[in-house]
Formats: sequence, structure tokens, C-alpha cells
Amino acid sequence: MTAVEPAIEIRRLVKTFVVHAHGGVELAVLRDLNLTVYPGECVALRAPSGAGKSTLLRTIYANYKPQAGTIRVRHADGNIDMVTAEPRHVLAVRRRTIGYVSQFLRAIPRVPTVEVVMEPLRALGVAAKPAAARARDLLMRLGIPERLWSLSPVTFSGGEQQRVNVARGFIAELPILLLDEPTASLDVASRDRVVALIREARERGGTIVGIFHDADVRDAVATRVVDLADLSAA
Amino acid sequence: MIDERPLLSVRGLTKYYGEHLGCRDVGFDLWPGEVLGIVGESGSGKTTVLGCLSGRVPVNGGYANFQTRAGGVVDVLTLTEAKRRRLARTDWGFVHQNPQDGLRMAVTAGGNVGEPLMALGARHYGRVRDEALDWLGRMEIDRERIDDVPATFSGGMQQRLQIARSLVTRPRLVFMDEPTGGLDVSVQARLLDLLRALVRDLGLSAIIVTHDLAVTRLLTQRLLVMRRGEVVESGLTDQVLDDPQHPYSQLLVSSVLQP
Repeated sequence: MTAVEPAIEIRRLVKTFVVHAHGGVELAVLRDLNLTVYPGECVALRAPSGAGKSTLLRTIYANYKPQAGTIRVRHADGNIDMVTAEPRHVLAVRRRTIGYVSQFLRAIPRVPTVEVVMEPLRALGVAAKPAAARARDLLMRLGIPERLWSLSPVTFSGGEQQRVNVARGFIAELPILLLDEPTASLDVASRDRVVALIREARERGGTIVGIFHDADVRDAVATRVVDLADLSAA
Repeated sequence: MIDERPLLSVRGLTKYYGEHLGCRDVGFDLWPGEVLGIVGESGSGKTTVLGCLSGRVPVNGGYANFQTRAGGVVDVLTLTEAKRRRLARTDWGFVHQNPQDGLRMAVTAGGNVGEPLMALGARHYGRVRDEALDWLGRMEIDRERIDDVPATFSGGMQQRLQIARSLVTRPRLVFMDEPTGGLDVSVQARLLDLLRALVRDLGLSAIIVTHDLAVTRLLTQRLLVMRRGEVVESGLTDQVLDDPQHPYSQLLVSSVLQP
């Protein structure tokens, strides 16, 4: 039997922001960071605000561009380094392997909620009907009232938008999920529904790296809690 | 990824207008199904690049190899005028900023959409008209207006009609120059949404020149940032917009007002 391969393997990751408008001031956020995550794990990142938790998630998603290091991700029966992958390969990873749920929904005017949620499935080639059915199931489960499904989420409340975002992030059941405060503006009932989704994803063998401000949520979903500061080689 | 060759491969594209630099050493690959945005302010060379690639502006150097529908690869920068026109008809679509540059203003809406099909050999009038009707509906233009001339349309309708005319032949590559440029904001949102759906449903490959970063976020997967005729940064659209590296890209992104 072969050993289980990591889903994510980060080595010596360096991310510094250089702000040219302010005389090239450099903000070193991630210094020589190492992290290995296996399938079935839910790793909760812990650190003070501004310490780089979100930056790490965005860098894994290739939304931010690091200066050095590698981020090896298990993808399509192989491995791909998100730091050096070409844009079209990054997009393929985002379609098939890594989902990202942020606190904020980037909604497009005129696009109904159900379509916003089903889009990741459509991108995988799932037909409109089953994709819409799955989207409705998730919206129902997350407690979004049915009368809102045909409207654009642009005008929804923060909590509603966040649940739409969660539905969109979970619908394709991707092997890796990056969760940036997925329950930040939710009431207790909605929060528990999201917690249940995260646990299900984990039990399917999914790999999760997340930021959970709420200690109850963190305790309910995490298999491991890591301090960001401990991930950097001294 | 079925086709592992780029649809268009550009290297060293250079254009001077006399002494004045249009663009220098521009290079990129466009893969099938990709939408590439070119951003930069006026005079950055982005429109020059589009003009060179679509053969309307003669170049000083470089090549742009294009995989044709017929199967061969041609350098579109060195094609004869006759061959270029034929390729434009069979393989390309154009969406101009000003719809009047892409439409025949004296021809009916149905004629505008049907004409490119007829030019490719469609002869069955009823079928061409049905296709035109289908496209009008898709672009949210009242089908009853099929026999009206575009001069009687609003600016937003004219732009949607131009898009129907340019996409009806299912081109392999679409060039768009500020497609939402001259429109009211409320009209822009509708057009962007329609374009987004078309890009997804037809799997369009396109190059979009715009100064509007919101347009690139919505429609493109990759970006080239141009300044003074040169590409200063390129990459995944959201990466360039959210974590710009070059001083000029940072300035461009930070200069946009968030409503």
C-alpha cells in the first residue's frame, strides 16, 4: 500500500507586498512558510488580524503572486505548482480541484441567485437542469427563502450574500476548499448549517484550509489548528 | 484541454507611426476558449495591437500565427489583403466601440445579422431569417424590429445588434474594441451580462481592448497591461487586479473609484 499523498504541500513560501506609490515600501507577510495538508483534514489557521491568514489562502488560490516558494496541489491524478502554473492551468485547477469561499460575494447585476450558485457545476459540464436542482437544494438547506432565488443577490443582506457564496463554493464538491471566514456574518442557525456542510466535505475526504474567527465553529470543524507564526522556519 | 496548441501566437509585434512608437515587442499566446483583456490608458498602444492583429494597421515587425478553421496556420501580419479579408469573413468577428463602424446603417436589422451568413454561402432565405430572429431574441432586441434599420435604434440596441452581426457566423476569434465604451452605465450592465453569457455558452476566444477594469474582471481570464507601447504586466485577470506587481498596474488599479 502506498502512503497517502498530501493534497497541498507548501514549501518556503514568501509573499511580500511592494507598494510602489509609497516609495516601494515592502510589507513582508509570509516568510519561508511551510504547510502540508492531507485529504480529510480541516486545518484552521490562527493568527492576529493582518498577520497574513487571508493572504495565504489567496496565494494558494493563485489570486496573489508570491515571490518565492512552491505550492504543490494534488490535481487531476498529478501535481501542479500553483506558483508557476500558467493561467489556463490555474483556471483548470479552480474548476476541478480548489474552491474558495470569501466573506464577500462578487455578484453581477441581473444574474439570478440560482444561476450564481450553479455556475461552478455548469463550468464542469453539468447540464442546466440537474445543476439548478442541486443549487436549489443547497439554497434551501442554507435557509435562503425561495422567493429570492430568481433575484440577483446584489441587493441581499450581508448574511444572505454570504450563504449564497457558501452554496456556490460547496456545490461542485471540489476536493480542496479554502474558506475565509465562511460564517462571519451569520446567525447561529445559519452558522450551524454551514458547519454541517464543512463536516460533510471533510468526511467525503475533502481537504479544507480555513479561517474561522468563531471558536465554536473552529472547534466543530477543525481537525488541526495551526498558528501562522509556527509555519515559518525560524 | 482538447486542443493543446494556441489559437493565436504573437511574438515581437512592433509598430511605429513614423518616429512615434505605437507598440513594441508585444507577445502572448491565446488559447482556444480564452478571453484576453488588454488594458492601459489612451495612447498606451492597446488599440494599435488590436489594429495590427486584425490586419488594419501594417506592422514593422513580429509575427502572429493563427490556427485557421480550415486547419492551417497563417501569419496574419503578412497575409495579402485578399486572404486577410477572406479569413476575417470565415474566422473572425469584430465588435467596434462605435456600432456604426460595424453595422450597415441603411440595411435592416435582419439584413445586418443575415448578411455575414449569406457571405459564407447561406442561400436559404427563410433559414437565414430564422437565425437572425434567433439572434435578435438572444440579444434582447424585440423581434418585431427585424425589418427596421439600425438608425431607429438606441445606442445600446445598436451595440447589441452589432454583436449579433459579428457572432452569427460563430467566429473562432473575436476582436472587441471598448465594446461598452460609448454606453450609459445602466445599458452597459445589460450588455456585459449578455456578453458574459455568450462567452460561456459559445466558448468564445476573444481579445478585448478596454480601459474599464470592471469589464475585464467580468469578461476576461487573462490580462495584458500596456503602457507607452509596451506590455508591463500580464497574468491571470484576478491576480493582476488584486495583486498588481508593476508600479503602473498598481497605479491603474488604485485609481479606480469604488462606488
